[in-house]
Amino acid sequence: MAVNPNDKHKMTVVEGSYATAHAAKVSRPHVISAYPITPQTHIVEDLSQFMADGEIPGCEYINVESEFSAISALIGAAATGARTYSATTSQGLFLMHEALLNASGMRLPIVMTVVNRAAGAPINIWNDQQDSIAQRDTGWIQLYAEDTQEAADMVLQAFKIAEDKNVLLPIMVCMDGFVLSHVYEPVVLLDRKEADEYLPPFKPDVYLDPKNPLSFGTLGDPSVYTEFRYKQEQAMRNALPLIEKAADDFKKVTGRYYGGLVEGYELDDADVVIVSFGSILGTIKDVIDEYRASGEKIGVLKVRAFRPFPTEAIANALKNAKAVVVIEKDISIGRNEGALFTEIKAGLYNTPMRTPMVGYMVGHGGRDIRPMHIKKIIEATKKVAETGKIEIESQFNDVKEELL
Amino acid sequence: MSDNQPFNLLTPGHNGCAGCCDSLAAKYVLMAVGPDCIVVNPTGCLEVMTTPFPRSAWNVPWIHSLFENGGAVAAGIEAALKSLGRRGNTKVIGIGGDGSTMDIGIGALSGAFERNHDILYVCIDNEAYMNTGVQRSSGTPLYASTSTSPAGSVSYGNNTNKKDMPAIMVAHGSPYVATTSIGYANDMIKKVKKAADVVGSTYIHTHAPCPTGWGFDSSKTIEIAKLAVDCCLWPLYEIENGEVTAVRKVKNPKPVEEYLKAQSRFKHLFKMEGGDKEIEKIQQYADKNIAKYGLDK
Ligand SMILES: Cc1ncc(C[n+]2csc(CCOP(=O)(O)OP(=O)(O)O)c2C)c(N)n1
Ligand code: SF4
Ligand SMILES: [Mg+2]
Repeated sequence: MAVNPNDKHKMTVVEGSYATAHAAKVSRPHVISAYPITPQTHIVEDLSQFMADGEIPGCEYINVESEFSAISALIGAAATGARTYSATTSQGLFLMHEALLNASGMRLPIVMTVVNRAAGAPINIWNDQQDSIAQRDTGWIQLYAEDTQEAADMVLQAFKIAEDKNVLLPIMVCMDGFVLSHVYEPVVLLDRKEADEYLPPFKPDVYLDPKNPLSFGTLGDPSVYTEFRYKQEQAMRNALPLIEKAADDFKKVTGRYYGGLVEGYELDDADVVIVSFGSILGTIKDVIDEYRASGEKIGVLKVRAFRPFPTEAIANALKNAKAVVVIEKDISIGRNEGALFTEIKAGLYNTPMRTPMVGYMVGHGGRDIRPMHIKKIIEATKKVAETGKIEIESQFNDVKEELL
Repeated sequence: MSDNQPFNLLTPGHNGCAGCCDSLAAKYVLMAVGPDCIVVNPTGCLEVMTTPFPRSAWNVPWIHSLFENGGAVAAGIEAALKSLGRRGNTKVIGIGGDGSTMDIGIGALSGAFERNHDILYVCIDNEAYMNTGVQRSSGTPLYASTSTSPAGSVSYGNNTNKKDMPAIMVAHGSPYVATTSIGYANDMIKKVKKAADVVGSTYIHTHAPCPTGWGFDSSKTIEIAKLAVDCCLWPLYEIENGEVTAVRKVKNPKPVEEYLKAQSRFKHLFKMEGGDKEIEKIQQYADKNIAKYGLDK
């Protein structure tokens, strides 16, 4: 249950982008820097208006000339001890790539909303998750939101996780483009009091300061380099329980909860379990309700954290399934499957679990995913559950033969 | 910090070559600005030679992020200091090579200057990518032989003149732009001080002969730097709010040949057929400087 029923009177209908911009605002960032790109534009426009109206006191908004400079400016700002926020998508995210690794390597807790969009060519402004998935090895924590309320609330949770002394890693809060960014839904806009109660001020131990002159981003030769990577990985491990704690703490303050690392829906007794992330979960849950109404044991596992990858939580959640199907909007080209599918299989390989698993790649470049598509996938996976046999391990869901 | 002596803000013992231009230039900058600064240093010789973890030669706060984002990182630091209420008199200083400044990082630098952040940016122009083995940059002068613009039987070396980077920074509306040379330390320190005192994006372009990349003895760094000024290949001037306000006069300009023959990057010009005609073109470049800035008047 995302929203506490007692909060209904607090709800207002706003665009998903506005809810996210509002969340960024009440997080009290010191420096925001971003560059407009569809479908992220409304977030930066809303933030710009907040600035113009004096609603983010003390904040500096840098209107940079590129996404590359947006993230670079935040690297400088975060290293100076500032709380920093940005938002981007697809081509903008790709332009940031080199700096993403740099921010993580320097352990700077930047929070950035990624409004998921397909990658060109062909150029395409619509939603899939190829963009953030393509950045999975940059050392950023990646969280995926299911609806607009979660996308907004996740911004605060992200600051809390990122700034923890045992983590100090940047975080991407991923929300589906248009499907979430441009939809108007009733949400609760977090008030400043709640935000302040939840999120303490950012007080880093080290930062650029003439009174204590330290060097950041130095040369690391082979005799010292490995330990930097090792510590980054340790920080990712440390983040696993802290992602859950951030969600629990958020519930204590606001009553809202969306799961920690993962969250099941009709999961415990399910024979067929779907695993997915992002807004498609809404459609999947509707379909599951129909199946459940007719007594069929179908459930879904929502993955909130993709980095760090919650192998244990996933293994535990899938332990009673007879067949698992992973549905996702990305592809590792040349592997013929989505990244989530690959990683779940890899995570379970050295366990006693031998549940058959199949994967479907859906919704590329914003192609509609309807309940009928989900039903088709469930029907096929029911067969896998019954027979224990896999005919096609991974496939595209909706290729138009006439276009090939 | 061991003490507050400006001389020790960049300590010796780093990995630079003997007679290194970059460390001299950086030292002058810190002598001018003092300890109350934050340095942004894009990838290049200076960064690599001064910060082999866990050692650092810097006694001022220092950050290296990438090769091409110095302008943006500096902008972010300035914004953060403002927002955190820690600005005081702390100056944010970018110190980059010709590659990170004039080539790959020009976009980020242009953005920072267009927005007029309160930063000082110093380009240490050693006229090639030294850190990666002396490849040409847009700061490489005409007919210099570099590893990617080598002289050969059908080539006199780099076939373009230097990009006029200071003019580009002036075009951004920068309140203070000046050229300096590591051969004229007092002039450089004076100008860096002045640039640091101006509020807004200010720019110092310093000529910095590199013994390793240019091919001269490491004891001659200052001598070569002075020669470039004295033969008018590197004019020293200040431009305030778009107007040239000061020019260092060169009473009796020396012929460019004197400068060229002292460096092995130009030695082919003295051996190849037709080399003397090509040297004439370099002389014309110097003559243009003399006329443009009235250097000999
Ligand atoms: C994006 C990127 N491209 C290329 C490089 C390789 N690289 C590192 S330093 C450098 C040249 C630096 O030249 P310059 O800025 O002139 O500084 P110098 O070493 O000459 O002082 C190059 C090409 C890099 N680090 N990053
Ligand atoms: S190559 Fe040139 S710039 Fe680089 S360390 Fe040696 S002298 Fe200095
Ligand atoms: Mg150089």
